[in-house]
Amino acid sequence: MAERILTYSEALNEALREEMHRDPSVFLMGEDLCTWGDEGGVFGVTKGLANEFGTERVRDTPISEQGFVAMGVGAAITGMRPVVELMYGDFLALAMEPLVNQAAKIRYMFGGQVGVPLVVRTNLGASGGKAAQHSQSLEAWLMHVPGLKVVVPRTPADAKGLLTTAIRDDNPVVFLEHKLLYFTKGPVPLGEHVVPLGRAATVRPGSHLTIVGTHVMVDRALEAAAELFDEGIDVEVIDLRTLVPLDIETIVSSVERTTRLLICHESVERAGWAGEVAMEVMKHAFDALDAPIGRVCGKNVPVPYSESLEPLVVPQAAEIAAAARALLAGVELSLPALTG
Amino acid sequence: MEQTGLNMSERTELLGLLHRMCVIRAFDSTLPELYTKGLSRGSSHAALGQEAVAVGACAAIGEDDYITSTHRGHGHAIAKGADIGRMMAEILGRSDGYCRGKGGSMHIADFSIGMLGANGIVGGGFGLAAGAALSAQLRGVERIVLCFFGDGAINQGAFHEISNLAGIWKLPLVLLCENNQFAMSARATAMVSGGDLAARSSAFGFPSESVDGMDVLAVRAAVRRAADRARAGDGPTLIVANCYRFAGHFSGDTMSYRSRDEGDPWLKRDPLVTFRRVLVEQGLVDDAEADAIEHAAELAVREAIEFAKLSPFPEPATAWEDVYG
Repeated sequence: MAERILTYSEALNEALREEMHRDPSVFLMGEDLCTWGDEGGVFGVTKGLANEFGTERVRDTPISEQGFVAMGVGAAITGMRPVVELMYGDFLALAMEPLVNQAAKIRYMFGGQVGVPLVVRTNLGASGGKAAQHSQSLEAWLMHVPGLKVVVPRTPADAKGLLTTAIRDDNPVVFLEHKLLYFTKGPVPLGEHVVPLGRAATVRPGSHLTIVGTHVMVDRALEAAAELFDEGIDVEVIDLRTLVPLDIETIVSSVERTTRLLICHESVERAGWAGEVAMEVMKHAFDALDAPIGRVCGKNVPVPYSESLEPLVVPQAAEIAAAARALLAGVELSLPALTG
Repeated sequence: MEQTGLNMSERTELLGLLHRMCVIRAFDSTLPELYTKGLSRGSSHAALGQEAVAVGACAAIGEDDYITSTHRGHGHAIAKGADIGRMMAEILGRSDGYCRGKGGSMHIADFSIGMLGANGIVGGGFGLAAGAALSAQLRGVERIVLCFFGDGAINQGAFHEISNLAGIWKLPLVLLCENNQFAMSARATAMVSGGDLAARSSAFGFPSESVDGMDVLAVRAAVRRAADRARAGDGPTLIVANCYRFAGHFSGDTMSYRSRDEGDPWLKRDPLVTFRRVLVEQGLVDDAEADAIEHAAELAVREAIEFAKLSPFPEPATAWEDVYG
């Protein structure tokens, strides 16, 4: 299939545009989607869409996160497919009532009478000193609520393919982007591109250790893996792509080969999803493990502002590399023969 | 009581209103018995004394229109046309319940009649109602949404956010506040700053109306006016229907926060009694016919209970169904 190089933001924009063309029930709501900056969206995701589809289908809202997310739920149970944007993931705290008590419950609590085909898009992550109220990674909150799906795309192609799938899904999907990824570039298929939920991507094959992560943690793991390879350590890196549903099979089959697992997330360590992945791996592959499962996560503090402090609380490549070395300390390793 | 223009041509409809009010009264009157017999569990909230609000309001909108309801929602569902057998089966946690036994009293919904659900979160219906109104507006269908809520919910942030959103987008929405004077034990007179619930709409630029919530015809007339505005594209209206929660917050409420006789003036204006009296005085019904309507309602509720008791409990496997679809 033909591809072009797009930014992550452009890829998301393309998914929205294509789905709005395909399905008249898709509409967008959020703050500053229509005219902010360069024709829409703080991160440019809705650029040009208000011009193309009109301000009925691309609606600027007042600053009322609980209200307009709840309206998304109401529209979703009466025949529409709303895609609602929260400008920052931290504002999930303002919208948890409709997401947790309404969207996630309605299908089950009403005995399957109706589904909630709602997408709530927002972003996670520390970047450039946005400090404690604009930097959090709160995905574990959402994973803890049965009824929600949680999607975490990393590449532009996945951004397009997973958003397309999320919009077509008949369940509430929280679609979590990352601030540092909006302007990264990559190949994106032209035309319809669908990536199923619940399928992780092995982005680097390796034999000594498996690292699983999401978003920029995958990039930092790849950076660490390149450094470790020079030291004779061969790391496999898995991008989970979605957290609910979670592709535990891909992780388990990797760990069965590598026998070691390191889990990386930017969200804080305490009660983070590394614990969930570790328990699942112990359940399914305990006998395969040759070392305790390790994790490198955000520190249990709010994200600080200063450029000298922010990087200390968010995992960096060096910390991931160090944790990998520790998991393999004292083990004699041999690199696979370089063939071909 | 609003009674001008009552005539024989409206007789069937008016008797229908009385019948539905009687069904709600009979239905919610059984709740303590269901609980003490171990047939129901959790919390059930009776709307005794508030029958005129539910019935008057739902009589003013169309079959295709939507409603959202509250934790005290049996009356709203009955007024919208829900099947009381399936409602009772839900309260008894049975497989023939509206939610197959997964929702209970606080989550009765019937999407086939536009009843978008009772809600266990106070104020949880505001956004659902406004979203359904936006959905109707976007789809270009002539449907309006009637959002029931209480005097407690008017202090939720959601009320203010949704009033603003509905106002700027002129959503076809009727915000109907049932001021039954109490949010659990908290009195509206103590909890609503300024005291005038209806005044709150003026800040959002849309009209409001206070109405006697003990008068089914007054409620119907007010909601008709609001529904007409909504259908004309003129946006939301706030209606405050003043009424009184005859019973406690729920079946086990000892009501230590109110005196034994403080509700007497309200009880004297019992909406069923006064409406029946008007119908008799106007010659639309005689006492024997009115008695028959009341008895039929009680019988229907007894039959609903029997239906519910015969309905099997849900299969264990259903606990895992409908988390996702």
